Amino acid sequence: MEFYPLWVLLIAAGVTFLTRALPFAVFGGRRAMPAAVRYLGGVLPGAIIAILVIYCLKGLPAAGGQEAAFQLGALAVTAALHLWRRNTLLSIFGGTAVYMLLLRLPL
Amino acid sequence: METNWKATARFAFRQSLGVLFGYVFLGTAFGILLRQAGYGALWALGFSGLVYAGSLQFVLAGFLAAPTALPTVALMSLFINARHLFYGLSFIERFRSMGRKRPYMIFSLTDETYSVLCGMDELPAGVDKNGAMFLVALLDQLYWVAGSVLGAFAGGLPLDFTGIDFSMTALFLVIFLEQWRGAKSHLPALLGLGCAGVFLLFLGPDNFLLPALCATVTLLLLARPALNKEKEAA
Repeated sequence: MEFYPLWVLLIAAGVTFLTRALPFAVFGGRRAMPAAVRYLGGVLPGAIIAILVIYCLKGLPAAGGQEAAFQLGALAVTAALHLWRRNTLLSIFGGTAVYMLLLRLPL
Repeated sequence: METNWKATARFAFRQSLGVLFGYVFLGTAFGILLRQAGYGALWALGFSGLVYAGSLQFVLAGFLAAPTALPTVALMSLFINARHLFYGLSFIERFRSMGRKRPYMIFSLTDETYSVLCGMDELPAGVDKNGAMFLVALLDQLYWVAGSVLGAFAGGLPLDFTGIDFSMTALFLVIFLEQWRGAKSHLPALLGLGCAGVFLLFLGPDNFLLPALCATVTLLLLARPALNKEKEAA
């Protein structure tokens, strides 16, 4: 357990560099990319981000009604801001600010 | 043509400005999260210096707060960063001439740096292209590291940051909306949502991630003929 954070750091650093270096190592020559790999690279990002959104909301089913409502409310604000202005930083900042405010309301 | 290093530096700095605010802001949020998980500035420096992958680092901060099995950490790193496999492909030719700078260029190819480098086609006179690309990559990482360390210190101030973790949810939601908008097919996103939702309900918050990832990849592979056909029809 003592070395857990160090392992997390090393594993994440190693795997991340691997994903960045692999195309240069494998396809630096003129070898063509296998169709399955090309396909997965195209469709994975959309699927993974969807999973990560659920991952962030994993506390929702067990959360109390108020906490769940706060999260869903802040989520709606984030989405609305983004659909309106399409400014990434504004959407993240606004959604987070609303969530932090809701938590501090004397309810 | 003679290389003008001042012009090169000025050009690179201007190119990197678009990334500056985003990286400092998100880096700070990461630093605060890490501090909340119990890890200070040195760890922030380590993660942002050696891993240097925004979305993944937010997930890692969560793992540190609630320890998760190391194989899951490895798979998450692989899947979240799988998109990098494709960034590299665009630069295989381009990085060949970069000599000793090449390993760093490969290491530092984040989403943001990738998009800035892709846009650097027209150069002012006297600007050294390889030098400018290297400086952009380096500046971007400096912004990210500075933000993270700043956040790690800010997280230690006697301020109440409860709820700041929502910035991670908001970040992923925004990326999700952007991808949804640009996607040729929404099937991958829907499969991801469906698998994650179903496994979360049946296995609970601590055990659903890895099965959800595996199920999604399997279903995506099974859906390949259909999705390829859809692409041809489009």
